[in-house]
Amino acid sequence: MTISRRRGVLLGASALAVALAATACGSSSSSGKSSSSSGGAQSATVSDADLQAALTAGGNLTVWAWEPTLKKVVADFQTKYPNVHVNLVNAGTNKDEYTALQNAVKAGKGVPDVAHIEYYALPQFELAKSVANLTEFGADKLDGTFTPGPWSAVKKDGGVYGLPMDSGPMALFYNKTVFDKFGITTPPATWDEYIADAKKIHDADPSVFISNDTGDPGLTTSLIWQAGGKPYTVDGTTVGVNFASDPGTQKFTAAWQQLIDGKLLAPITSWSDAWYQGMASGKIASLSIGAWMPSSLESGVKGGSGQWRVAPLPQWTAGAKASSENGGSSLAVMQASSNKKLAYAFLKYATVDEGAQSRVDNGAFPATTKQLNSPDFLNKTDAYFGDQKINQVLADSAAAVTPGWSYLPFQVYANSIFNDTVGKAYVSGTKLSDGLKAWQDASIKYGKDQGFTVK
Amino acid sequence: MASLSADHARPGPPAARARRKTRRSLVGWKFVSPFMALFALVFLAPIGYSIYLSLYKTRLIGGTQFVGAQNYTEAFQDSQFWSGFGRVALFLMVQVPIMLGLALLLALAIDSGRLYGAAFFRISVFLPYAVPAVVATLMWGFMYGTRFGLIGNLDKAFGVTLPDPLSPDLILASIGNIVTWQWVGYNMLILYSALRVVNPSLYEAAAIEGAGQFRIIWAIKLPALRGALMIATIFSVIGSFQLFNEPSILKHLAPNAITTYFTPNYYAYSLSFDGQQFNYSATVAIVMGVATMIVAYAVQLRGMRKAG
Amino acid sequence: MTSDTSGMSDTIRPAQPARPARLRGATPPLRAKARHAPHLRRRSVTLTALMTLMVIYSLLPLAWLAINATKSQNGLFNSFGLWFKDFSFFSNISDTFTYDHAIFTRWLLNTVLYVVVGAGGATLLATLAGYGLAKFDFPGKKAVFAIVIGAVAVPGTALAVPTFLMFSKLGLTDTPWAIIIPSLISPFGLYLMWTFSTDAVPKEMLESARVDGAGEFRTFFKVSLPLLGPGIVTVLLFNVVATWNNYFLPLIMLKDPDWYPLTLGLNDWNMQAQTAGGDAVFNLVITGSLVTIVPLIAAFLLLQRYWQSGLSAGSVKG
Repeated sequence: MTISRRRGVLLGASALAVALAATACGSSSSSGKSSSSSGGAQSATVSDADLQAALTAGGNLTVWAWEPTLKKVVADFQTKYPNVHVNLVNAGTNKDEYTALQNAVKAGKGVPDVAHIEYYALPQFELAKSVANLTEFGADKLDGTFTPGPWSAVKKDGGVYGLPMDSGPMALFYNKTVFDKFGITTPPATWDEYIADAKKIHDADPSVFISNDTGDPGLTTSLIWQAGGKPYTVDGTTVGVNFASDPGTQKFTAAWQQLIDGKLLAPITSWSDAWYQGMASGKIASLSIGAWMPSSLESGVKGGSGQWRVAPLPQWTAGAKASSENGGSSLAVMQASSNKKLAYAFLKYATVDEGAQSRVDNGAFPATTKQLNSPDFLNKTDAYFGDQKINQVLADSAAAVTPGWSYLPFQVYANSIFNDTVGKAYVSGTKLSDGLKAWQDASIKYGKDQGFTVK
Repeated sequence: MASLSADHARPGPPAARARRKTRRSLVGWKFVSPFMALFALVFLAPIGYSIYLSLYKTRLIGGTQFVGAQNYTEAFQDSQFWSGFGRVALFLMVQVPIMLGLALLLALAIDSGRLYGAAFFRISVFLPYAVPAVVATLMWGFMYGTRFGLIGNLDKAFGVTLPDPLSPDLILASIGNIVTWQWVGYNMLILYSALRVVNPSLYEAAAIEGAGQFRIIWAIKLPALRGALMIATIFSVIGSFQLFNEPSILKHLAPNAITTYFTPNYYAYSLSFDGQQFNYSATVAIVMGVATMIVAYAVQLRGMRKAG
Repeated sequence: MTSDTSGMSDTIRPAQPARPARLRGATPPLRAKARHAPHLRRRSVTLTALMTLMVIYSLLPLAWLAINATKSQNGLFNSFGLWFKDFSFFSNISDTFTYDHAIFTRWLLNTVLYVVVGAGGATLLATLAGYGLAKFDFPGKKAVFAIVIGAVAVPGTALAVPTFLMFSKLGLTDTPWAIIIPSLISPFGLYLMWTFSTDAVPKEMLESARVDGAGEFRTFFKVSLPLLGPGIVTVLLFNVVATWNNYFLPLIMLKDPDWYPLTLGLNDWNMQAQTAGGDAVFNLVITGSLVTIVPLIAAFLLLQRYWQSGLSAGSVKG
């Protein structure tokens, strides 16, 4: 009985960013459903000194995470606090880990103290009260520590359910050598230019594509987000799904339908072997993707060194500077943890204190304002990208993320059925807009079935 | 005693025979019980639990409720479930006969003694069975690739456009090919092993009578294979109805051709792992189990009738 | 079903004479020759050519694996799949065994443990039970067939969560037992052994052993077991492969990489390429896959040799 875990990648290895944005915070905080929380107090009952004492006293922590840079963070942490033993376990990537977490919570056994959860999946665990509210430990006082997008993604109704570990503001990563070869001297500034360039490349050499896409819920929602769309509305257990009459969605479908009709996107699924092969051989010329991509390019497409560059994402309106998030994840303390104080102390070390810098040094894209704005970070050059200061482009994108986006509290499921519905537009005559409508209907059906009030 | 054949029943006092039968009963269970005890733990208990689950409904909002047969009525009206069911039924009717037919021909060919290097053929055809499904799909994924894969290379070399094996129209056939590739040697070996235990005196007798190859196959080998063939068929039926590995792995390469309800088993998996709909997932599994049992029994009855 | 098979063999076969034990040692050499004697007359070129096509079909994907195990990561992406590029086979092999603190070796040893205990145990249980079903009558015997087929018919993937919850309550998850215990059950092995036992162990031999006063287990080990040789090897082989390639169960049951089998470990390496910031090691995934299937192929070759000579145990009867 074999199941590929690669499947999960479709949903989220590309680490779909989710800012569970301002909706919750902005709307009147529904008093009734303020978070579970333990202890019962509204704000910090645990002081920094208490946390320090917990670290000195030590204990055992189990951490489930697949993020590679955490290995060094854990090693350094244990050197600094020799009484704490951290068991770092890779319990699967994204969806597999969530399944394992849900299973462990259901069984009431084997739940880790700390878990790595992407922003888009966090609301689901918050809803099920599987993750702890961190305000008790003073997490609410971390305002301003993190960049706005990720910070709003971990907050809900005044509670804080995780600490942001990284973020993925979007940018256009492109192979300059290929662009040059086809006479594209400046990267496309708008999506109209992008479509024109896509035609130019593909007409000149039918085996080369400006990018690849076989229907990716993360990319689709990120681009609708960038276009100012707000197809999802969430207020507690009342949710709304509306792609059909969402203006941002219409901008996206108008452009993307042209790319699909012209067969201008390579029918290669992201993160497959063929995808890496396509980039290595110059057949896939660019990617619209999150800021965490550089390290994956450097290790997966070694031959592309010196050829790739980073530009701002093409715009829906000429001259605009809008962006969105694609990927990013948090560390959360599980409600079932028997040592939440120590778990939170680790969280803080890994995401705010020494760990934040260590992870950036090893290629992660920061969610902390301090690291994001540091001159060292912004002025860093990279031979892979022809000594371009790519972090300046990426930091600008982080600052330009369109506010007000939210994902569904059952986004993991919604994304899993994306290709059942929207995917048809990529392999048959179905219109993208009809596919999105079908996705909307299926999402609503599931929401109703699960007891949500659907508008 | 009965299995030691009534036709050869030796005469003896009725009381002694009855005693013997009782003793055998206990002995039979001694052989079977270790298997059955673990079987109960590994198979029966989770099935019992699933039946229990199928009578309830847990929602993300609102908790768990007893719903009786509601999940079952829902399943019977679920078009996604039935589209998956239709797909595996088609698969069963096409792929299983091809695979078992090939396996039968291979087993007969290797057993015939008319091949040069029979041992080499036997091991070569069996080798794909040793390949883990993930690796097998990695390899076939390459073969199927129209861009950078073998199909792409062929297209370029001959200036043709071969159909895309990963397109929605062909994906089921492509999966059938992978399944056949992986399992034909396995089934061949089962049939071949059954041929190996045929009493050679039968061949000697046939040779003396001057029977030809086909006559030997028809009169001796095929009847001897009936039991093994029936078992292979029943397990292939189960394998088809539970088709899961190949589509779930290929979904990565063909996300739009393979839906989350591509096969009933894959549907049950998606419901449970993506949607946390454990209750409905259990219901689908139970319905599928009953359907599979009915078909397996039909195969068995047919096999028995032929044998009789 | 048992009565069916035995009834069938009675109709198509002449009643088999009981073979006294003393004949056993003498016959095999003669018999091995005699077995195919009628067919040895002429080998067929046409048949061999047709079979060669089948072999190409079977081996082509494996050739792809072997060829690509010789390429570096970069070579993989810049070359034709069925031909060589840069020859990095030996560095791939050494990298596979040293990468990430030589965790691959640990996975290999885990897999061996699961196979020895799981597949070995499964074969023993299936042989005992299959033999019991074939050669004894007992109350509930018919129900065994119904229950086993019925249970096997329920898709296992849907039972994963219930099984996980049960095992978790028993404290078995994240231990080798979570892998080994389910591996001990091989329904297909049971049926194969049932069929084999029915055909391969003549009832007359059992009768004479019983008349001599031997206990049933003694009869089983001394008389029947040697006759079941080919069946046992077949079932063992299937169980070894199934356990070696077991994937879904460990995926659900294990979270500690130190207990991973090879399949799960390789998948972890494959997943690295699909994680932001992860180290893409496709060359190690491919080389590791090759290393994973080589022991199985070796085992099959060894067992095959056992078949050719050791089959004489079976050919006493058949």
